[in-house]
Amino acid sequence: MLGQAKVEERIKYALSLSNAGQTEVVLLGETEQLTRFANSHIHQNVAREDLDLRVRVVLGSKIGIASTNDLSDAGLQRVVESATAAAKPQQDNPDFVSLPAPQPIPEVAGFVEATANCRPRARAEAARSICLPCREQGLNASGAFATRSYEYAVGNSLGILAYYPTTLADLRTVIMSDTGSGYAAACSLDVGEIDAESLGREAIDKALRSRDPLDVAPGEYTVILEEDTVGSLMAYLAYMGFGAQALQEGRSFMVGKLGQKVAGEHITIWDDGLDSANLPMPFDFEGVPKQRVEFIAHGVVKGPVYDSYTAGNEEGKRSTGHALPAPSDNGPFPWNVAMAGGQATKQEMLASTEKGLWVSRVHYVRPVHPLRTIVTGMTRDGTFLIENGEIAGPVKNLRFTQSILEALSEVEMICRETKLTREAFMENFIGGMRVPALKIGRFAFTSATEF
Amino acid sequence: MNELATRALNLAQTKGARYADIRLVVLETESLVVKNGIVEAVSLDVSQGFGVRVIAHGAWGFASSARLDRETVDEVTALAIEIARASAMVSGEEIDLGPPEVHVDTYNTPTEVDPFQVPLGDKIDLLLACDEAMRRTEGVAVAEGNMLFIHRNQLFANTEGSLIQQETTETGVGLVATAVGQDEVQNRSYPNSFGRHQGTGGYEFIERYDLLGNAERLGEETVALLSARQCPSGVTTLILGPTQLALQVHESCGHPTELDRALGTEASYAGTSFLTPEKLGSFQYGSEIVNITADATLPGGLGTFGYDDEGVPAQRSYLVKDGIFVGYLTSRETASRFGQRSNGAMRADGWGSIPLIRMTNINLEPGDWELEDVIADTDDGIYMEMNKSWSIDDKRLNFQFGTEIAYEIKNGERRDLLKNATYAGMTPQFWGSCDAICNEKYWDVWGTPNCGKGQPSQVAHVGHGASPARFRNVQVGVMK
Repeated sequence: MLGQAKVEERIKYALSLSNAGQTEVVLLGETEQLTRFANSHIHQNVAREDLDLRVRVVLGSKIGIASTNDLSDAGLQRVVESATAAAKPQQDNPDFVSLPAPQPIPEVAGFVEATANCRPRARAEAARSICLPCREQGLNASGAFATRSYEYAVGNSLGILAYYPTTLADLRTVIMSDTGSGYAAACSLDVGEIDAESLGREAIDKALRSRDPLDVAPGEYTVILEEDTVGSLMAYLAYMGFGAQALQEGRSFMVGKLGQKVAGEHITIWDDGLDSANLPMPFDFEGVPKQRVEFIAHGVVKGPVYDSYTAGNEEGKRSTGHALPAPSDNGPFPWNVAMAGGQATKQEMLASTEKGLWVSRVHYVRPVHPLRTIVTGMTRDGTFLIENGEIAGPVKNLRFTQSILEALSEVEMICRETKLTREAFMENFIGGMRVPALKIGRFAFTSATEF
Repeated sequence: MNELATRALNLAQTKGARYADIRLVVLETESLVVKNGIVEAVSLDVSQGFGVRVIAHGAWGFASSARLDRETVDEVTALAIEIARASAMVSGEEIDLGPPEVHVDTYNTPTEVDPFQVPLGDKIDLLLACDEAMRRTEGVAVAEGNMLFIHRNQLFANTEGSLIQQETTETGVGLVATAVGQDEVQNRSYPNSFGRHQGTGGYEFIERYDLLGNAERLGEETVALLSARQCPSGVTTLILGPTQLALQVHESCGHPTELDRALGTEASYAGTSFLTPEKLGSFQYGSEIVNITADATLPGGLGTFGYDDEGVPAQRSYLVKDGIFVGYLTSRETASRFGQRSNGAMRADGWGSIPLIRMTNINLEPGDWELEDVIADTDDGIYMEMNKSWSIDDKRLNFQFGTEIAYEIKNGERRDLLKNATYAGMTPQFWGSCDAICNEKYWDVWGTPNCGKGQPSQVAHVGHGASPARFRNVQVGVMK
């Protein structure tokens, strides 16, 4: 960690080196330590510290970008020169309006010393608390425990200067028996909130209950989707349509649907970077404070997130504070998504289900038809048949090919509790999905696998 | 850099490491993106740093930093040892790297035209010209083009005496035209989808693919797809074009033959493998015409290098021979468990990552058919090309793919254009149904620059040689 004073000094120095009409400097600093285990022992154990300083210069409206991880005076001189050299041979970009002007940024407390100072020994003890019980029970423990500290800072020639340090502890484990597996995960700003032993028990329980799975025929089923599954689906729904660039290009499911009902009336999904129940981030990578943005409210489409570039392309729009570091191929993106909880418990969902499938988690989800929000993926680490309101037994994994919005139109029950999940493709920055478990009346499974 | 490397290795041994290696890397990247007639981004990026890997206290440790100075080298080396000590708290079997790998050598990617010396203006002009050509067809909503150039300068040294300097150069380019209709979005990409085609080499890589000569076709085809017939559902004969087949090889052969997956060390993220060790040498992976190789020496392949990131020389080996599963991608540690030497597949995506077993160039060896003869020999089927979606289960058995474009084949002729084409299957049944592979004339090494694996996540650049091939009794048209 460089600290606020050093970071701001370097940003101001880099800005001072630029003769461009407008200049932006973004610093992304990360220190990560991760302990990984498999076959019930620690097999990979790593530490990394890096920072990425990105300069964006605007000459007229030609935009050049360069980055470095050398923060010396010479390194900053070179990166500003490179950004300028990148801009010069271009033509003016008629869609560019301006870098953002400063706005007040709320204070957010996102840094926990204990997480930043977590040592390898502590992570190894956590891994041991999962591995040893597995060895005793003839199970195979695997997982990863990461502790990270971040420094994010943005400055620009219009006066923005924003700095935010934060931390993240993230533990995930997969426990395998000969014929089954179970998964558990938790993440928090505070490493003290990660109870490795408890996560191990949760995954072991599911691994034991998923032994000797039976075949079940693909088809449409009533499903209970646990939070990790819902989180994955929400992440891909966001990817397929919560950003303004996709809407403006005609590629978002929101096209032609603003103000229309696309999901059940109890479905409300939003993004809020200031939400302390998520992993908060007070500003985006242009230094614009994050606003709460509703995507779907009571089943009705409200709108996407914007950065300054996409806002400039639409009359009456302003940045909602969702810019990614330039250049961003996909435009603005929400990183702190939440879905409203309901009234039910998981036990009540189960008891109300005559026949269905319980899906703990999904794997390798990918878009198939973005406008119809159709995705495909596999179930994983604990899929169970439900009969007469009870878990009848484990089943082999199934492939689903399903429209997310159609599924959200068939939601029968929503769990009261919500859980914070993180999808793999969102690992680059701080943030997650806070979502409830759902009972859905119809969900399409199109094939099965052998385990 | 040599001095820092020696310092780290000496210190590691002083602190009790029985093995250590270090990679010092300087990475330079240039990327350009053009969209709808506008230059969206030109970006020049530099990253440098080093990583120290040790075996100490009987376990692995790794630490890295962007700061290239003596004090940081000392801190990072000490941290790697501390991490190894912590690893030893939950230790497994003794780590055996097998016989020493000692190489003192240099390697440079053969290039004809240094891509970093080609003026930015020339690159922008080419992309803009392609952009204009794509948008000549009315109905093209978005035209995009991008180029990417990477230069990596890496020094590898280990306590066994290796000292290897490698400079690798990669070049990538891609065009995509997008058309939007009623509830439809269609894309056409060239030379490959999901960003670009990429290989090792210089600017001559781009000149080989006649971008401007193909750009207008992309716009025409993507608009035509909007009104094309939906791919029918059923079980039929499938002919896959080379870029789609490259991804099929990647997902259903490359990944399950990674020995670390087969031994369970990737279970917590990407999964394991159905190709478990007792199957080696006997399992019928595919039909007897299926031969799949791993080859890090292929000229121009995205997975081509001089030495892997454990200092093992690039080499070629069989993974599937005459349809039988015969080989894995290995590391020193995993290969020694089978009494073998590594076949050089350990690769890290940067100085801050440990090497993992990754693909190099994983290739379906060419057969002896002409494509038109395969089509003429097919009474009823579908030809699919250019990947649009992909998914596979965590043992690499159940898969589902979608392609940008497809054609119905009837009575040996290519007929109607089809959209939203998908197919699904189980890996050994699918490869077992392969009954025709086209010859070398159609064979090229396709770059997959976005292969994800590991925790923390790493992205590998890998290649796949393929020419079109035919498969029987495949489920197509999976989407309602």
